[in-house]
Amino acid sequence: MSANETIGAVAVVGGGIAGVQSALDLADMGFKVYLIEKSPAIGGVMAMLDKTFPTNDCSMCILSPKLVDCARHPNIDIFTLAQVKDIKGEAGNFKVLVDQKARYIDPDVCTACGDCAEVCPIEIPDTFEQGLIMRKAIYKYYPQAIPNAYVIDKEGTSDHKGCIECGLCEKACTAGSIDHSQEDREIALDVGAVILATGSAPFDPKIKKEFGYGKFPNVITSLEFERILSASGPYEGKILRPGDKKHPKKIAWVQCVGSRDRNINQEFCSSMCCMYTTKEAVIAKEHEKDIDATVFYIDVRTFGKDFDRYVERAKREHGIKYERSRISEIYQKECGDLTIRYEDVEGELHEDTFDMVVLSIGLCMTGDRSKMLSDLGLDVNEFGFPLSGTNDPVALVKPGIFMAGSIVEPQAIPESVMQASAAASQAAALLRDSKDTLVEPAPEYPERDVSEEEPRIGVFVCNCGINIGNYVDVSKVVEYADTLDNVEYATDSLYTCSEDTQKSIVDIIKDERLNRIIVAACTPRTHEPLFKKSLSEAGLNPHLLEMANIREHCSWVHTDKDRATEKAKELISMTVAKSRLLEQIPKTTIDIEQSALVVGGGVAGMTTALSLADQGYKTVLVEKEDKLGGKLNKIKFAFEDVDLDKILAEMEKRISEHEDLELRLDSTIKEISGHVGNYNIKLSDDEEIITGAIIVTTGSSEHTPTSYGYGKDPRIVTQLELEEMLSELNEGDIEEGETFVMIQCVESREGDRNYCSRICCMGALKNALKIKDINPRAEVYILYRDMMTYGFFERYYKEARENGVIFMQYDVEKKPEIKIDENITAKVWEPMLQEEIELNADHLVLSTGMNPEEGTFEVAQQLKVPLNQDGFFLEAHVKLRPVDFSTAGVFLAGSCHSPKFINECIYQAQAAAARASTVLAHPKMEAEANVAVVDDDRCSGCKTCISVCPYNAIESLTETIDGVEVTHAEITEGLCQGCGTCVAACPSGAIDQKGFKDNQILAMIKALGTCSRGVINE
Amino acid sequence: MSEEKEKKNEDFEPKIVGFLCNWCSYAGADLAGTSRIQYPPNIRVIRVMCSGSVDSVYVNRALLEGADAVLIGGCHPGDCHYINGNYKARRKMVLLKNILTTLGMEPDRIWLRWISASEGQKFADTVKEIVNETKKLGPNPMKEKWNI
Repeated sequence: MSANETIGAVAVVGGGIAGVQSALDLADMGFKVYLIEKSPAIGGVMAMLDKTFPTNDCSMCILSPKLVDCARHPNIDIFTLAQVKDIKGEAGNFKVLVDQKARYIDPDVCTACGDCAEVCPIEIPDTFEQGLIMRKAIYKYYPQAIPNAYVIDKEGTSDHKGCIECGLCEKACTAGSIDHSQEDREIALDVGAVILATGSAPFDPKIKKEFGYGKFPNVITSLEFERILSASGPYEGKILRPGDKKHPKKIAWVQCVGSRDRNINQEFCSSMCCMYTTKEAVIAKEHEKDIDATVFYIDVRTFGKDFDRYVERAKREHGIKYERSRISEIYQKECGDLTIRYEDVEGELHEDTFDMVVLSIGLCMTGDRSKMLSDLGLDVNEFGFPLSGTNDPVALVKPGIFMAGSIVEPQAIPESVMQASAAASQAAALLRDSKDTLVEPAPEYPERDVSEEEPRIGVFVCNCGINIGNYVDVSKVVEYADTLDNVEYATDSLYTCSEDTQKSIVDIIKDERLNRIIVAACTPRTHEPLFKKSLSEAGLNPHLLEMANIREHCSWVHTDKDRATEKAKELISMTVAKSRLLEQIPKTTIDIEQSALVVGGGVAGMTTALSLADQGYKTVLVEKEDKLGGKLNKIKFAFEDVDLDKILAEMEKRISEHEDLELRLDSTIKEISGHVGNYNIKLSDDEEIITGAIIVTTGSSEHTPTSYGYGKDPRIVTQLELEEMLSELNEGDIEEGETFVMIQCVESREGDRNYCSRICCMGALKNALKIKDINPRAEVYILYRDMMTYGFFERYYKEARENGVIFMQYDVEKKPEIKIDENITAKVWEPMLQEEIELNADHLVLSTGMNPEEGTFEVAQQLKVPLNQDGFFLEAHVKLRPVDFSTAGVFLAGSCHSPKFINECIYQAQAAAARASTVLAHPKMEAEANVAVVDDDRCSGCKTCISVCPYNAIESLTETIDGVEVTHAEITEGLCQGCGTCVAACPSGAIDQKGFKDNQILAMIKALGTCSRGVINE
Repeated sequence: MSEEKEKKNEDFEPKIVGFLCNWCSYAGADLAGTSRIQYPPNIRVIRVMCSGSVDSVYVNRALLEGADAVLIGGCHPGDCHYINGNYKARRKMVLLKNILTTLGMEPDRIWLRWISASEGQKFADTVKEIVNETKKLGPNPMKEKWNI
């Protein structure tokens, strides 16, 4: 290998959601991935969560398909029980040394039947269940674990010994997968890049003695409560307190445990605790309506997309109480109840007693994770997290090593996922020349032709833990399905999506020679691809699958078990009726134009364009103004010594010089047509561009207020206007005693603009510190509702307080009032003093938040992509697809998604580039299967279909057959998007849509008729 | 209406067929599920790719098979994933209602609603509304014929 050749493989360290996302993106782009995970299974903390905010999606439901994809991806090798020991070499050519502990079980042979654990005599606290229950020394990490195999714990804990090698498990294992003689091993991996996604550790609250954790059994951590809520958790989803297994009726959550705490060097915000607490309280109330829930907090940090509305709903609809307070102590009463002593905002001391207390623990960098960072010689900040730069937030100082997830900073899932894709993008750019060198083509399974066979239908009904099973009598449903014509096999499973059930479906299809499969479980919109893959593996055409949605459309929305069961039966009966008529649809591919268009030339657009071009894709960047930079042009200074002008100038230079990048200034989009792989874009000057993917980065702009006298007096300005003013001042230009009063959340977080703009608290702090810089004797008051200084931003909040900036909290019900005459007087309620305070302001500064950029609505219409109720773009999935749209080949990044900081825009932009390149990586892609087809014999050539087709995919052909001129319609498959409009319009019934044929839909209707008549006759 | 018939209508649980487009209304119904918004279990959903693909024949057949009401759910005007299929659904709807009237059946048995992927509550409310309104109409007369 010559010196500049790179290795087309990447080591991803850490198998949590960030590592999994990086692995999948890179594998799809054509790189070999080694996924290295310390525990016995991938999934990380997300696998432990019950639900995710702010949509209350079941965490395992959305994560599980990704884990299964990882396990199945031919380009991904998973190493569990493995830790990185050393990384040698340099960017493009690393040797990663990995220590892998013995599993003592061959995961390829283990069937995960659990017979071994039945006989194992040794009990050890279950780490996955946070020690709330015991497990055996031979165990599976969690029910849906990937790899789906058992493992033997020989080490145990300090109080509990591990495996004693009694040999009982070996006798019980009929598969013969156990091997006590296995040894730990060292593996050396040759890779071109490394992504560290090892996360951070949950804070151990034992250190905070005043909360009594470890001493009082009914004081638990939030992670323990997640497990308690989980249907597959220690108490099977019943809310019990660990001390005496009683149902707690009154629960308190204590915020900022291990966060924002100077005494233990944790003076940062863990960013997600306010939201997960709200979620836990809401879910607890959903489990048991009469639970009384109180949250003790300092600030409610609802800085993310749709977070404010979520907390508001928690207060309004679920009656969750939020108490702004400081807790001095928690002590236990004899009955196990807990009394919290706290001080409220008015300075009064209170005591209140609860049945259970949940400590909302933050994250920290300790133990193995810190050790790895120091072993690798990486620089860390004062809290132990690795250092990165503003202009490349996922890159470490050492070239070729990237990071993603909560190793970067404590944060929630979407940020982790975005950084994961961003790191993948950076690695792909580095290794662009060695793409596809180490991967094998996707497996092609030989397909059994079943077109001549009688339908043999298999019905698989899912319990989804208790998500379906609790509200639908699954065994009755299976019994019923078995009675239907052509159903040869019907069964149920705990989680149909789990890897073991997938495997068994494949086996059953083969053994029973099934040729139609029905999965009665959740919505086909998320899980259909997973089940289709299983059909392929079993040698069936994937389109012989049909799903019955008995979760979202049934068990989750109906509590009457009899009627829900009845409905589930009918849904299955309809699906069986359709299934009988399903046909095989052969695979077709479409050509991918391996280039991209980026709309919007702000920091997100510039980054996306550069990332794509760096990966080798021809990219066109379109900007409506006459220069690049967007809002970056308006931001005059940043925190610390970040030189924004220099960053902008460097990016502009790189863009103008990049051979794969073209720039179109003063340009907008006029028209967009086409589909993934082949979009046809007409610009405002009528230039036409054809690209395979489109990335939207149209940004946002500062809201112009109408309240607080804005526009009537030059002394009243917005934060951006103040920033411009300050940037021109020098030391001494502000007088001693000159007073700046800043009001936060102006026309934000209420009414029509009920969202937090995330950046304004920091904007105020930045300007406040600048004022103090210019003259330390100037006075700055910040009137705030909740200071949103999440993550490491907390340090600037501290700095501002130390520099004498005065913070006054106000409630939305008691907003500050102003009076304008010669002076500006701001009146604000001071709860400690219980009186209104008047501040004489020389400058009144309004933090107004951000609005979607003008023209966002038009771009949404052109692209047919959705907006949320605040006018920002709505991504495909808030947690796991934060930069994708539902429409294939269209992506988003930057503040058009929701307001965000520059570094967040950058990694989101890199993420969008990564997602786009998973589409652009290869010249061909599998085509839409559900296209329309014309039956020439029935087509009368009336051309009605041509007039209704929205994609101009149909044309009229005239042929001479046996001397007679015959006109008929012909559909171009690459253009047809499968809407089916022509089918409904055809007067001759000559057009059918594959997968949604007339006879299939009518069979469903008829099946329903049979059922309903049956009900009446009873 | 006789008292006896009114009584019967109160007890009667209408059967509703819903043709929901994959991109908006079906996703809205999914969201009602993920948000656990409760609604009566009277609807049976048939997923179609676009509301524009709902053939008038499907609606008529559903009514002939005894459905008491039919819902067609599509994306909001302007939001159609397939550009304008929902407008075509709307046009068909007007004609369908005319046909139903001609046949002597209440045109209010068919419903067209725009429900987006973020409107789980609206989907649930729509089902509640259809159930209530259909209860007032009473069972589909076609179904009664079968029972003779």
